[in-house]
Amino acid sequence: MTISTDAYTSILYLNGVTKSFDGFKAINNLSIDIAAGELCAIIGPNGAGKSTMMDIITGKTKPDQGEVRFKDNIDLTRYDEADIANLGIGRKFQKPTVIESLSIWQNVDLALAGGRGIWQTMFAKLSAEDKNKIERILDLIGLSAKRDELAMNLSHGQKQWLEIGMLIIQEPEVLLVDEPAGGMTDVETMATARLLKEISADHSVVVVEHDMEFVRALDCRVTVLHEGSVLAEGSLEKVSADERVVEVYLGR
Amino acid sequence: MWQRSLLFRLIESDKTGRWVLAVIAVFAVLIPFLNLVVPQGSFFHVPTYVVTLLGKYLCYALLALALDLVWGYCGILSLGHGAFFALGGYAMGMYLMRQIGDRGVYGNPELPDFMVFLNWDALPWYWLGFDHFSWTLLMIVLVPGLLAFVFGWLAFRSRVTGVYLSIITQALTYALMQAFFLNDFGFGGNNGLTDFKDILGFDIQADTTRAALFFISAMVLLFTYLLCRFITLSKFGRVLVAIRDSESRARFLGYRVEHYKLLVFVGSAVIAGIAGALFVPQVGIINPGEFNPVNSIEIVIWVALGGRGTLYGAIVGALIVNYSKTFFTGIIPEMWLFALGGIFVVSTIYANRGVIIGLVLGVFVLNFSAPLLIGTLLGQFLLLAKFFTIVFISAVYFEKLFIKFKHVVLPLLSSLRHKKPEADAAS
Repeated sequence: MTISTDAYTSILYLNGVTKSFDGFKAINNLSIDIAAGELCAIIGPNGAGKSTMMDIITGKTKPDQGEVRFKDNIDLTRYDEADIANLGIGRKFQKPTVIESLSIWQNVDLALAGGRGIWQTMFAKLSAEDKNKIERILDLIGLSAKRDELAMNLSHGQKQWLEIGMLIIQEPEVLLVDEPAGGMTDVETMATARLLKEISADHSVVVVEHDMEFVRALDCRVTVLHEGSVLAEGSLEKVSADERVVEVYLGR
Repeated sequence: MWQRSLLFRLIESDKTGRWVLAVIAVFAVLIPFLNLVVPQGSFFHVPTYVVTLLGKYLCYALLALALDLVWGYCGILSLGHGAFFALGGYAMGMYLMRQIGDRGVYGNPELPDFMVFLNWDALPWYWLGFDHFSWTLLMIVLVPGLLAFVFGWLAFRSRVTGVYLSIITQALTYALMQAFFLNDFGFGGNNGLTDFKDILGFDIQADTTRAALFFISAMVLLFTYLLCRFITLSKFGRVLVAIRDSESRARFLGYRVEHYKLLVFVGSAVIAGIAGALFVPQVGIINPGEFNPVNSIEIVIWVALGGRGTLYGAIVGALIVNYSKTFFTGIIPEMWLFALGGIFVVSTIYANRGVIIGLVLGVFVLNFSAPLLIGTLLGQFLLLAKFFTIVFISAVYFEKLFIKFKHVVLPLLSSLRHKKPEADAAS
């Protein structure tokens, strides 16, 4: 599966987006452009508006004003979560969110791209090809041996990986990944970074992260958010040299 | 090799459910046999009232199954499922009323007694069609289904979930109860519909009719169980579980949560309606009391007791609680609510499948062994005595505490408030 980048130039395009909650501007005139096939990281202190931005892109929250476009000309503000997921935007939550009382295999199966309608799922049967796909994902996230275990029995890090695996098998065009390294050991963190780089070979990936080591390992364009708008943009070296970024991160 | 038929696939992994199904299937044949064929006076004869009683339990089991489907699998805690049950019951009741014909007290061939009593001169439009059994069957499915559809469509689209949803389902059944109490509503008001004579031309009081109704209830229960099993084993069922465990995850995976919820809610309401329709000819009456919110809460207790999200648990829970209810209200009526509370506490503490076995044993013990019965009752009594002692002591204690607060602490506080400036001044 490859993305034809000639059809459209930007996969996600936010322009002048503003969202306030009870007068507090969580997102303030935010403009971001993410190119098709790009891997990029969004960093910022707590309350910078990272999660609200994710909510706006995935349809959980409607912006007060501004444009949110997918693949150049699809207006995302007109759709809800399920529509947006089916358009090809996958999201991993900050807190690993898997279906606890289903097995790992069943979790991946639920995410498997395919019919989402009620009748389709009622009479759904797994084809050999689908089974292979699930097997491949389980191998990729290293949970093949635990396929029949309930997701509730996984460790925090394993749940993160399962969720990423579910995201991949959904075959989205862009993956929004919220703090994938949260609660992971250093070794796991680096493995996650490698996994995301691998995924970014044929998907657009947007990573929201706190962990600087992790962002360094991703080695990609970094956007720094602060108080709901973009503070700085560029390589990690460039933004870490920016005085304002240092001030925001290290306190004034 | 073994042919993996659909039926086999449905019960293959359902070890406990298989047994429950088998027992119901055996009873479905055995009870009518023991009632109709074995002569009265024989030790093995089952009297008709027992057949009817068991038939009633089966209807409750069907109702519990309906609730388990929405609550156990999809996490929708409906506290208004009694409303769908009652609506199905009323639809059947209307048909049975029309079957009375001119054999009512007033002998009016056109109108049921209660309408004659209210001086109505024509049948309301919504009673038309209930002379036909096929129309009635349609209404039994359509009325609860339609209500559930409209209600669910509004609630799920607006993303009303959790306790808020439970409260509005409770309000729904309460509102319906109030409406059905009204004479002008046209469903017999307070008294409801009763004095039925025939069903499909068969005498409703006859042993054979009773036995047939029991058998049909058992068959409907078995069929519905297998249907629910099919639903929950399918990918559809796993989407329901996904919605229960993490609704937003299901949404972000691209599933239209409100469609899933709506379908399962409507399906469940229809099952509840069918249960009500089977219930009414067996008990011989339907009145607004069936809409009572308390009834709906009791259904939740049955399912919780049997273990939610297992299907067979709902059946076992309904059977056990209702059997115990009959038992307790028969010998010690005032103890029933305590027993129900006790059962609920026990099932909460031992919220696993083991509790079923324990309770089954308990019921057998209560039933078949007098010394053990006395022992158990004594145990129960001691437990209750302990409970009341604790309540009494704490009541006394709290009263003392309250008096102390009122007469000692409050004046002290106010005196402190007044004295403080003086103390300051003194220092």
